[in-house]
Amino acid sequence: MIGNLPFVVCVILVALGLWTLVAKRNLIKLVIGIGLIESGVNLFLVSLGYVHGGIPPIYTYAPSGAPMVLPTPQALTLTSIVIGVATTALMLAFAVVIYRHKGTLDARKIRDLRG
Amino acid sequence: MSAHAPILAIAVPLLGGFATPLLAKLHKRIRDLWVLLIVLFVGVAVGYVAVHVFTQGIWVYVLGARHPQETVVSGGFPIRIMLVVDAMGAFMGVITALMALVAFPAALKYLPEEEGKTLALTLGSLLLAGIMGMAYTGDLFNFFVFLEVTSIAACALIGFRTWTSRAPEAAFKTMLLFSVSGLLFLLAVAFLYGEYGALNLAYVSVLLRGSAVDRLALALFLGALLMKAAAAPVHFWAPDAYGEAPAVKALLLVVNTQVSLYGLWRVLFTLYGGILDTTVGWLVVAMGLLTMVVAAFMALAQTDLGRLVAYGAVSQIGYMLLGVGVGLVTMSGRPDYGLVAMKGGIFHMLNDALTVGLLFLCVAAVELVKGTRDLRELGGLGHGLPEVALFFLVASLALAGIPPLNGFASKILIYEGSFRASPILAAVAVLTSILLLAVFARAFQGAFLGPRVNVEVRVPWPILVSMGVLAVGILILGLVPGFFVEAMVTPAAKALWLGRSLYLSAVLGG
Repeated sequence: MIGNLPFVVCVILVALGLWTLVAKRNLIKLVIGIGLIESGVNLFLVSLGYVHGGIPPIYTYAPSGAPMVLPTPQALTLTSIVIGVATTALMLAFAVVIYRHKGTLDARKIRDLRG
Repeated sequence: MSAHAPILAIAVPLLGGFATPLLAKLHKRIRDLWVLLIVLFVGVAVGYVAVHVFTQGIWVYVLGARHPQETVVSGGFPIRIMLVVDAMGAFMGVITALMALVAFPAALKYLPEEEGKTLALTLGSLLLAGIMGMAYTGDLFNFFVFLEVTSIAACALIGFRTWTSRAPEAAFKTMLLFSVSGLLFLLAVAFLYGEYGALNLAYVSVLLRGSAVDRLALALFLGALLMKAAAAPVHFWAPDAYGEAPAVKALLLVVNTQVSLYGLWRVLFTLYGGILDTTVGWLVVAMGLLTMVVAAFMALAQTDLGRLVAYGAVSQIGYMLLGVGVGLVTMSGRPDYGLVAMKGGIFHMLNDALTVGLLFLCVAAVELVKGTRDLRELGGLGHGLPEVALFFLVASLALAGIPPLNGFASKILIYEGSFRASPILAAVAVLTSILLLAVFARAFQGAFLGPRVNVEVRVPWPILVSMGVLAVGILILGLVPGFFVEAMVTPAAKALWLGRSLYLSAVLGG
C-alpha cells in the first residue's frame, strides 16, 4: 500500500491542477495550475523508475548484483523540469505584460479577443 | 557530411538560431545573410534526405552510436535516440523547408528593425528546428521535447508584439493550451514507458498489446495532438495566435499545426497500427467534420481579415482529418478508396501550406499598406495593389477547392474516398467548401473591391516574390497534380497505410 502512495499523490496533483485550470480566473493561478499538473507528471515519471530496495544507478560504486533504480525516468524528469521552467517563465512574462496593459489579472476582464 | 543530413537539418537551425543574436551584434547584414544561409542549408539537407528516402527507402540515423546505422544493441533492442525518416516524414520535411524558404526572406523585409527583428528571426529559426525534429524523430520522448520547443518558440512569436495589448493575451491563451497538450503527451509517454520500459516508437509499437493502459495512453495522445493541431472543439487558440503573430511568421505556425497532425498520423498508424479498431478512425472522421464545419461558420462571422483567414486555415485541418480518418477506418480491409482518401488528406497538407501561406502573406501586405486588417475599414485596395488582389483571389479559390487550383486536386481525392466510405461525409465536405467560397468572396470584396483608395506604401519586393512563388506552386500543383501525387504523396500515404512493418524492420532489423 505504502508503495503506491506516490501514484496517489500524482493523481491528486494532476486533478488539483486541472481543477485550477477550469475553476480559477486569475492568470497567475492558471500558471500555478499548469505547474501542479507538471509536478504530478514528473512525480509519476520518477515513481515509475523506482525499484524496491534499489540503489542509485552509478555503476562504478555499485556492489555487484544489487538492484538499481531505473536511470532513464530520472533523465526524462530532469528534461521535463527544464522545459517546465521555460514554459512557466514565458507564461509569467506574458502575465506581467498583460497586467501592464490592462491593470488586472482577471481572465474574465481580459477579453479583447473573442469570436 | 551527407551521411548526417537528417540531424544537421535539426541541429543547424537550432544552433544557428542561438548564434543569430550574436551575429546581429556585428552587423545587421551579416545576421540577415546568416539566417538566409541557415534556411538554405535546411532546404538542401531536407531535399537530400527526401530524394534518398523516396528512392532508397527509410533512413534511420542513430545518435550517439559508433556509427549512425547501429540501431540495436546486443540483445536486440534499441536504447539510443534515433531519427527515422520514412516517406511521410520526408514529405513533412519538404513542406516545412518549402514554407521556411518562403517565409524567412519575406520576414527579413517585413519585420521592422526597431521591433526586435533579430529576436523574431531567432525564434523563427528555433521553431523551424523544433518542427524538423518532430518530423524526423523516431523516439517518443524526443518527440515530446521537440513538441515543447515548437510550443515555446511559437508562443514567444505570437506574443512578440508586447506593446499591443492583444498579442500577449493571445500568447498566454495559446501557451496554456500548448502546455496542457505537452503534459498530456508526456503523461501518455510515461504510461507506455511504465508498461513497456521503452521509448523508441518502433520498439514500443512491437510490444503494444492493447491493454487498458495502452488505450488510456492513446486517448491522451489523441487529446494532446488534436489540441496542438487546432481541431475543434479545442481550436479557439488558433485564430488568436495566427491573427496576432507577425503575419509572415504565421506561415511557420501553420506548418506547426500540420506537424502536430503528422505526429497524430505517426501515433495512430505506426505506433498503434497493430491493434487499432475502426472506432478511433470514425472518431478522427467525426473530429474532422466538426472542425471543418465549425471553423467555416466562425469564419463567416469575422470582420478581421487575419482572423477570417485563420478560421479558413482551421477548417482545412478538418479536411486532412477527414481524409486520413477514412484511411484509418478502412485500414483493416484495405479497399483502394481508403488509400485514395489517405492520399487526398496528405496531399492537402502540402496544398494547405501553400494556400494558407499565400493568404497570410496577403494579409501581411494589406496590414503593411493600410495599418489595419478590419474589413469594415478596408476597401478598394484592388486598384492600388492589383498583384496582391490577384494573389488573394487565387489563394481563396484554391482554399475553397475550385479547379484548376491545387485545393481542388486534393479535395477531389478526399471527396472520392470519403464518398465511398459514406456519401454523407462527402456531402458535408462539399457544402463546407461552398460556404468557404462565400466567406472568401466576401473577404475579397470587402478588402479589394470598391472605390479607389490611395496607396502610399509599396509592398517590398521580397514579399511579392514569396507570394509569386507560392502562387506558381498553387497553379502547378493544380494543373499537373499527377506527377507530385505519384512522386511524393502516394509513397507518403503508403508509408503510413501499408508501411508499418517496413518502419519496424528498418529500426529493429529482421
